[in-house]
Amino acid sequence: MTTLARLDHVTRRFGDVTALDDVSLEIDSGRIVGLLGPNGAGKTTMLSLLQGLRRPTAGTVELFGGSPSDHRTRVGLGSTPQETALPPTLRVGEVIDFVSTHFPNPVPRAEIADEFGLTELLKRQTGALSGGQKRRLSVALAFVGRPKLVLLDEPTTGLDVDARRTLWEAVRRQNAVGATVVVTSHYLEEIEALAERVIVIGRGRVLADDTLDAVLDQVGMRMVRLTTDAPDALTGLPGVVSTRAEDDGSHTLFTRDADETVTALVTSGLPFSGLGVRGASLEEAFLTLTAQPELEMI
Amino acid sequence: MTTLRLAAVHGKYLLLETTRVPIAVISALAFPALSLLFFVVPQQVVATNPLYATQAVISMALFAVMANALFSFGLGIAEDREKPWDPYLRTLPVAGVSRVLGYVFSTGLIGLVAVLPVIVLGAIFTAAEASVLSILAGLLAVIVSALPFMLIGVCIGYSLPAKAAIAVVQIVMFGFAFAGGLFLPPMLFAPWLDTLSTFFPSRQARELVIWAVQGGDLHPWVWLGMGAWIVGTAVLALFLYRRDEGRRYR
Repeated sequence: MTTLARLDHVTRRFGDVTALDDVSLEIDSGRIVGLLGPNGAGKTTMLSLLQGLRRPTAGTVELFGGSPSDHRTRVGLGSTPQETALPPTLRVGEVIDFVSTHFPNPVPRAEIADEFGLTELLKRQTGALSGGQKRRLSVALAFVGRPKLVLLDEPTTGLDVDARRTLWEAVRRQNAVGATVVVTSHYLEEIEALAERVIVIGRGRVLADDTLDAVLDQVGMRMVRLTTDAPDALTGLPGVVSTRAEDDGSHTLFTRDADETVTALVTSGLPFSGLGVRGASLEEAFLTLTAQPELEMI
Repeated sequence: MTTLRLAAVHGKYLLLETTRVPIAVISALAFPALSLLFFVVPQQVVATNPLYATQAVISMALFAVMANALFSFGLGIAEDREKPWDPYLRTLPVAGVSRVLGYVFSTGLIGLVAVLPVIVLGAIFTAAEASVLSILAGLLAVIVSALPFMLIGVCIGYSLPAKAAIAVVQIVMFGFAFAGGLFLPPMLFAPWLDTLSTFFPSRQARELVIWAVQGGDLHPWVWLGMGAWIVGTAVLALFLYRRDEGRRYR
């Protein structure tokens, strides 16, 4: 196991805004690392430092033992655009070829196209692709150069469930054949499906850096929504971390264990209606967690 | 070597992108040629006089190069900056020089190709005349003259959003073309306009290319002025490029 990338006391400010605040971490070869945090937490800033797009305000960023802003260092790096950014008039095959020319030993076009389900689309202009197809091409581009380290920024945002699964499988296969992958997401589900090590960042700081299970315990929250005449009793239910009154008169409970909470709710005999349970988005979980003083610094 | 190879690759794909919207290329090629047919050929005084006709053809060729440089760089960069494809390209293992050269190659090629119909039409329909050697010298001078326009384009591209860039490019293009004597020969200018005209890169370019093709004296203000424009716009372009990197990602 070798260290592919290292951030050493890195701070990055944009004017008055501190996007990253004294962050230190290492990325070793092998596992898929999930970079988890709400929008604006500093995920993209961290990736852009590793990509050499920006320089840190303080501290050092190392990539393969060199500087990421040196283009020769980036030969071992695979990136993918955050938005679907492909030049609309170029054909899929041309985009793959174009990116390939930057690397000494690229994956043959047919092979990479097959891996990401693009074989039928090679002659298509990228402007004619669907959202999911564009995503697959974008992610494929990150793997074209046989990179040692791949940075995927929100790779499946806006995709339907099937498309998301297909892409995850391809990423896992690439990881198995040797590419270390860092994937950012604000979807807990995505991180759960891919990552073994999870780094949680919020407000520019590392809040947690642990195995998937350990982190899930900390941020995996469910939201239970219901309407009741006795809202005060809700706070006392087991598992409930906090409650919130909604505009329509209903209440939302944030809970670590929705099963336990709902069972207790039913047994307690409290009158309620319109019960609904769904997973809390990471952003919602964070808002709840960080609102509590003892959890401020996980 | 790698730098040049990648510059060629980037140039090739930029050209490919441009030619996929053929109307953009056709207008770049047709506009100067049509201007020659409408504004020069019908004027018998100019068209039948070898000296004036040659100068008119040179003016239109320069207009072709100037329009192409301003549009490609000004509008092209402004548009690219608004697309997330640009930051992606900056994560690839390619030096910035290669990317800029890629722009220069692709734009330069279209610009030079746009000159050809002007030369051919000029040779057929006017009394313009020049030896093959003079034409080659003229093309070389045209390439040098294109530099300030490319750099002005870069400055516009990095300082304005695409919609504003279109407007500014058009104003600059027609303003420079007129003030530089590319539409009306400077000998028809009032004295004050003629003096003012010598400060414009378009006028300097016109004199430089005419000197390269027809010989004669080259006034110091031509190369001094052009040098000043190249240095000035290069410094400004560099400043705007750096400022842009900090501001783009806020």
